[in-house]
Amino acid sequence: MKELWNIFSKGLVAENPIFILALSLCPALAVTTTVVNGLTMGLTVTFVITTNNVVVSIVRRWVNPKVRVPVYITSIATIVTVAQLVLQAYFPVLYKALGIYLALVVVFAIILARAEVFASKNGVVKSFCDGFGMGCGFTLAMLLISVIRELIGAGTILGMPVLGESYNPMLMMVLPPGAFILIGYLVAAFKTWNSNQEKKAQLAELKAKKEAEA
Amino acid sequence: MAEYLTLFIGAVVVNNFVLTKFLGLCIFFGISKNLSASVGMGMAVTSVMTMSSILAWIMYFFVLQPLGLTFLTTIVFVVLTASFVQLLELIIKKQAPALYNMWGIYLLLIATNCIVLAVPLLNVENSYSLMKSIVFAIGSGLGFALAIILMASLREKLVYADVPKPLQGIGIAFILAGMLSLAFLGFSGML
Repeated sequence: MKELWNIFSKGLVAENPIFILALSLCPALAVTTTVVNGLTMGLTVTFVITTNNVVVSIVRRWVNPKVRVPVYITSIATIVTVAQLVLQAYFPVLYKALGIYLALVVVFAIILARAEVFASKNGVVKSFCDGFGMGCGFTLAMLLISVIRELIGAGTILGMPVLGESYNPMLMMVLPPGAFILIGYLVAAFKTWNSNQEKKAQLAELKAKKEAEA
Repeated sequence: MAEYLTLFIGAVVVNNFVLTKFLGLCIFFGISKNLSASVGMGMAVTSVMTMSSILAWIMYFFVLQPLGLTFLTTIVFVVLTASFVQLLELIIKKQAPALYNMWGIYLLLIATNCIVLAVPLLNVENSYSLMKSIVFAIGSGLGFALAIILMASLREKLVYADVPKPLQGIGIAFILAGMLSLAFLGFSGML
């Protein structure tokens, strides 16, 4: 159980797909203008990556390694098409808002990367946890970015005014330049946090060593 | 004629794929450390995008639409562009080794990339004619090349700059891209 939890939780922060692995950045910047769009994209990717990990880990024994990449891509494209049709049928407004980026989920590096690195070598349950963890990490990152952008750029969260009448929205945050600059600083913040954690771990190790010697 | 010109200029600067639509960011940040590699990548993307747009256009309007299979567009286009790039790589390797040495490695990188897939999808979504699709693809490719070459020149200068430690690497690259994007925003009133 602990092992499964570790597989799941590493996608959240330690190997966060956006901030640490820096994969699949296109959607993180393009659809995070509002929280609703960011969340929809996050959930769609979670669905695709989890389902694809399960499919790949089931068929891994029968796929010839030479043709594995085309097989994975076809599987991803099929799952994405399912997600597209469902969104189009039940949430036409969201489908329109996400536009071309929904179809482009097919070529997100993170999905193919998880299939290749993890699901093709591990069992179904483990692959499910890995995919779900990575998807949740991705969704969290999308939420973080879109909350900041919507709050500063429009003064609202989920369309509800938060900062009051007197707040003058900083339009740049919902335009492309704001997205680039925000991500730059968020990456720097994550890096600092990670290196601080590492330093703490090293210090604790040194301390333990000294105590053992004494 | 004016229509084509507007489409072309729109694709190159006003709706620049990298800086206003965030497509192709992985290669944009990955390759732009090196100026000559950026020029090669820009060339490779432009040519692949143009050719795959033509193929995808033919596929869509002569096969998928008459058969009522348009819901398969995503799957078909992904497989089409990916296999086309692989085929192109094989042909160039065999027929023109000099060219292959110059930008063969970039071909593999763009086999499954959002920018190469996005242009054919946008073409059929807006139901452009074949001629318009080609103009749009060339414009988008040149827009990508312009952005990546500008970025590479900026990053070469960055070597001499004193960047704060947490921002080093990808962080400062994002902020630079933000500045570039701000500059490109100035074109938005042009059309």
